[in-house]
Amino acid sequence: MAKIPLDTNQVDRLKQLAKEITDQIQRFICKHSSVSVERTVLRLYGVDGVDSEGTPIPNRLVEILWEKDNLKSGVSPCFAGAMLESDRDPQTTAELIERGKIEFGDLRKFSQGDILEKEKELSENAVAILDSTRKKKQEKIKKCPLPRQPWRYLIVATGNVYEDLTQAKSAVLAGADIIAVIRSTAQSLLDYIPYGPTTEGFGGTFATQANFKIMREALDEISEKEGRYVRLVNYSSGLCMAEIAACAAFEDLDILLNDSMYGILFRDINMKRTFIDQYFSRLICSRAKIIINTGEDNYLTTSDAIENAYTVTASQLINEAMAKKAFLTDDLIGLGHAFEIDPQVENAFLYELAHAQLARQLFPKAPLKYMPPTKYKSTDIFYSHCLDTMFNLASVATGQGIHLTGILTEAIHTPLMQERYQALCSVNYVFNVARDLGKEIEFKKDGFVAKRAQRVLDEVENFLKELKKIGLMEAISEGKFANISRPFDGGKGLDGVFEKAVDYSNPIIEQLESEGVIHE
Amino acid sequence: MSEEMIKPYGDTLHDGVVQLSFTLPVENGARAKKAVEIYLSKLNFENISVAHAYKIADNFTYFVVYARAIPTLDYSMVKAAEVKIKKMDFYEINELIKRKINRRLSVVGATIGSDAHTVGIDAIMNMKGYNRDYGLERYPEIDAYNMGAQVTCEELLQKALEVEADAILVSQTVTQKDSHIRNFTELIELLEAENVRDRFLLVAGGPRISNDFSVELGYDVGFGPGTVPSEVASFLVTKILERKGA
Repeated sequence: MAKIPLDTNQVDRLKQLAKEITDQIQRFICKHSSVSVERTVLRLYGVDGVDSEGTPIPNRLVEILWEKDNLKSGVSPCFAGAMLESDRDPQTTAELIERGKIEFGDLRKFSQGDILEKEKELSENAVAILDSTRKKKQEKIKKCPLPRQPWRYLIVATGNVYEDLTQAKSAVLAGADIIAVIRSTAQSLLDYIPYGPTTEGFGGTFATQANFKIMREALDEISEKEGRYVRLVNYSSGLCMAEIAACAAFEDLDILLNDSMYGILFRDINMKRTFIDQYFSRLICSRAKIIINTGEDNYLTTSDAIENAYTVTASQLINEAMAKKAFLTDDLIGLGHAFEIDPQVENAFLYELAHAQLARQLFPKAPLKYMPPTKYKSTDIFYSHCLDTMFNLASVATGQGIHLTGILTEAIHTPLMQERYQALCSVNYVFNVARDLGKEIEFKKDGFVAKRAQRVLDEVENFLKELKKIGLMEAISEGKFANISRPFDGGKGLDGVFEKAVDYSNPIIEQLESEGVIHE
Repeated sequence: MSEEMIKPYGDTLHDGVVQLSFTLPVENGARAKKAVEIYLSKLNFENISVAHAYKIADNFTYFVVYARAIPTLDYSMVKAAEVKIKKMDFYEINELIKRKINRRLSVVGATIGSDAHTVGIDAIMNMKGYNRDYGLERYPEIDAYNMGAQVTCEELLQKALEVEADAILVSQTVTQKDSHIRNFTELIELLEAENVRDRFLLVAGGPRISNDFSVELGYDVGFGPGTVPSEVASFLVTKILERKGA
């Protein structure tokens, strides 16, 4: 592997700082829950479907308790009570509640012991679902092995899940290892998960459990045919982070975009809501063995990629520290970064190498997610193809994990079938001809790349010290990340956040926390 | 005006050479290539040469083709409303505002509707700018308010009234199923319903936006891909001076 000489003491200091910064956040998270967290509990207990108006039943049930001011103890005990009353399966029980046949939230009829026992049963079944998807994936990977990194990641985004299948199959034939179905525009701002297969989305295809299933089944078929396991990606971001993670676990998804701060900064979602939701979503990912991909690349689309490189590294450290609190192991923490430096800067490629190599060395076991150029992509597709080719070289030379394939028409439209093929031709070519380039590279001790990496590290250290002093939430409200300021009580979704009562119960979180990392 | 006949240029005037790449939903083979030749002849091409044909999925073949276009066009008959504004730089623009308008300009910008892309509005408004051309926030003589993405037309208008904006900049990146047309139109309709259309210069922008298209929708101007902030600022200053009768 290529190497820059780094001061390991400094690296340790940075990781310690990130841990301390996130300790403050974790204390806040533990005292709070959200409507989305509670809906996730219901989904994992086996509640699905929509009512006659198309509202998801998990939303309906949580609303009932919310209106009665009965949610502060958690949805779990109330649902356990309803199960005891109905003596039916979770879905039927939920439908009975929704139709007003069961008084939801009235726990007087049953003893605390009976409720607790029912909750335990429901929660064990829920965790068994997460265990089962983990094992299923391991079996599939045994049968169809994973390719070498960097894994080639391709997007599909037609707005019609059946058309997405055609596009995905074509991409896999051309070499894609990972397929990401881009979500419909603004889904992150919906406070519910749409239901059923999508045939008309805008700018992408809705993330629904039905779409997940359709796409995963198609990829299973093609994995067997091609003899390599093709992974499926979706987005656990926005107002339904944990719910999407639950749906993804049900349908054996492999990777979820999931960032502890992205929604706050780039979608103006309230920071309390985001921190609370990301924690439960990551607990689910950890147990279900879903890789998370963080969104640091976005910092560089709004601010300068050289000047603000340190914010990427700082955010990676924070995302890593928060992921570890949710028991995600290194192999599941796909931290993000990007190739976004202005190509008119002389030696821009050396800067890119320095940043990519630094990320590689700071997080040696993480399947780093490397984003292609977007900001300086041109509508001259032939020029854009050249930018991507240099990006491909940086990626293979520095041994990145998840390679988001840049597409020549990035600045024009969502890719056509042939454009994925053209993009993969460049990736396949560069990855092959430069496969072991990294093993041959040693960066000069006081050379440009080493000095640049050191400078970023020093800036990160100063920045993290400042964050620790003022607190992460305060820093975000002051616009310290991506030059975007988000107030503590601003943004969407704050009205769905609540403080847990003393008798709050969420046995899924309790079980996941107490059992921690599962070693097979 | 005399006729001025043109057609695409490869390496000899009037050779009509065009490079095409596309996909047909058929298996690769002699029949597929024949289909390309027939299809392109229907599109008025001749000397069709399939340079590359490759299977990119079951039942889909990708082609790179060179061909000569048959039709010619009388260029003297072509009219388009190009943005005809003298392009000034950052310093000239600020100086002109100071000297001739004698107050700071107020500009509000946003990406409206469900479109979450700020790349266009940021390129024009953010301090940093685009392609080494400072954004409007950097102009000492302009108060620039970038509201970001997913802003409703109502919010945008409210802000424009609040800061007494001279101009409203609207960006649209997502154009799938013509969502941009719906959004652009919604704003115009709102401004007209509120009887405030004439208070503002209305500027549309985005990768699939042309000036003609924007003027047709009722905007004062439209800027497409590659536009730098100083072009937008030059337009604003020139128009505001025109309105003042200067």
